[in-house]
Amino acid sequence: MEAIRDGLVEAFRLIGAGDGELFSIAGRSLLVSGSATALAMLAGVPLGYLLGRARFPARTLILAAVGTGMGMPPVVAGLVIWLLLVRSGPFGGFELIYTKQAMIIAQFLIATPLVIAFTAASIQALPARLPDLLAVLGAGRLRTLWLLAREARLGLLAAVMAGFGAVVSEVGASMAVGGNLAGDTRVLTTAIVTETSRADTERAIAYGLVLLAMAFAIVAVLTVVQQRSPR
Amino acid sequence: MPLARPPLVLALLGALLLTAACGGSEDDPGTVILATTTSTYDSGLLDEIVPRFEARTGITVKVIAVGTGAALRMAGEGNADAVLVHAPEAEAPYVASGDLVSGRLVMTNDFVIVGPPDDPAAAAAAPDLPSALVAIAAQGRFVSRGDDSGTHKRELALWAGAGIDPAALPREETGQGMGATLTIASERGAYTLTDRATYLALRDVLDLAVLVQGDAGLLNLYHVHVVNPDRHDGVAAEQAEAFAAFLLEPETQALIGRFRAEEFGRSLFTPAAQTPVGGG
Repeated sequence: MEAIRDGLVEAFRLIGAGDGELFSIAGRSLLVSGSATALAMLAGVPLGYLLGRARFPARTLILAAVGTGMGMPPVVAGLVIWLLLVRSGPFGGFELIYTKQAMIIAQFLIATPLVIAFTAASIQALPARLPDLLAVLGAGRLRTLWLLAREARLGLLAAVMAGFGAVVSEVGASMAVGGNLAGDTRVLTTAIVTETSRADTERAIAYGLVLLAMAFAIVAVLTVVQQRSPR
Repeated sequence: MPLARPPLVLALLGALLLTAACGGSEDDPGTVILATTTSTYDSGLLDEIVPRFEARTGITVKVIAVGTGAALRMAGEGNADAVLVHAPEAEAPYVASGDLVSGRLVMTNDFVIVGPPDDPAAAAAAPDLPSALVAIAAQGRFVSRGDDSGTHKRELALWAGAGIDPAALPREETGQGMGATLTIASERGAYTLTDRATYLALRDVLDLAVLVQGDAGLLNLYHVHVVNPDRHDGVAAEQAEAFAAFLLEPETQALIGRFRAEEFGRSLFTPAAQTPVGGG
């Protein structure tokens, strides 16, 4: 009990004192996981839209594969990216292993199936004839897409939250491909592992609290946007 | 109006390059990937040494803390530039194959057997190391690293030396680093083999006492090796060699000798310069 109380007290002291290491690690988590989520949206929303709208033979199979990807343990994604990027691997020449870019690639791989699945589900939930209706009403293709996105925003914002939530909290892939390098690729989750193995429980708790607070702040903003009633 | 369809692959690539551009500069003096053991890392020693080296040379050191087995494998596949490891028997084949060159003894410390302070197996009363292990095997619980680390390799060698088959023991493998394994041993009232540095660094939060120490079989030798650039493409041999040489400079050696010595009343690592045994 004492360790928990002391940990919380010290954690709040570190946060209150604006501890430099804590905030730079938190900023890095935000940068890496934010970039990965943005890229996952860029790739996943169009693919999800396609899967939600189009009808083609392998569609069900692809949806099942995407669903499986949602359950893929991050450490497996980490292992795959590690094998690809490490110096003796096929893409070793790019020298991306143990960099933030490698972490973004691994987290992209983790977040994208989530984004695809959420997008496909939300697009599929729209009335099937909505695009035709919008076209009849004189909307161009871009405007149609925009209006569809507005209608599907509950699902699309859920996709962002699911994707970001998954990658900001994962540790296995970040550890494997980032290497947990202090001041470079150490993010909140891998820092918690390090401080735990160094028995610095206070710092570990502080990092955990910041991680939770950050995830809450982002999800809260997205939820407000999501729940706003359409005009 | 035609549908604007952003070329997805290009956008992805662009974003990646953008983040890449934020990272490095053109006349980078280079990067060393140092694969090392969890003990040198969890004790905080490399946090002291690496920034000094980086400040002087401008070379970036990427410290990847894994077990000795994994570190050697990374080196053997050319995925690291240098290793700092502590399992001479496991290092030998890599030296023989020419994957590792320029090996030097950096420092030593010792392994100790720790366990519950009340010592239910009476390991501390045993006349020598093998009989202490026999006592633990008969009476105690043992927690093993089980991660192919230098400490794990040493543990297996010690069991073999005492004529015990570890597979037949009430022995659990954590598959984790030394810090985590010590915590588990402490919580379960079990014995474990640890390097003294990690034990001292975590002593305050552990309910474990040093029970067996001082045997010649418990000496722990840390060597640095450079990965052979003639056998593997892309190895930053020059930078790795610079780092290896830096570890043996008198100033660094002195730093190793006094690292956290005040805090613990004794040094965690003995620099090679003061070690009576020869390097290998």
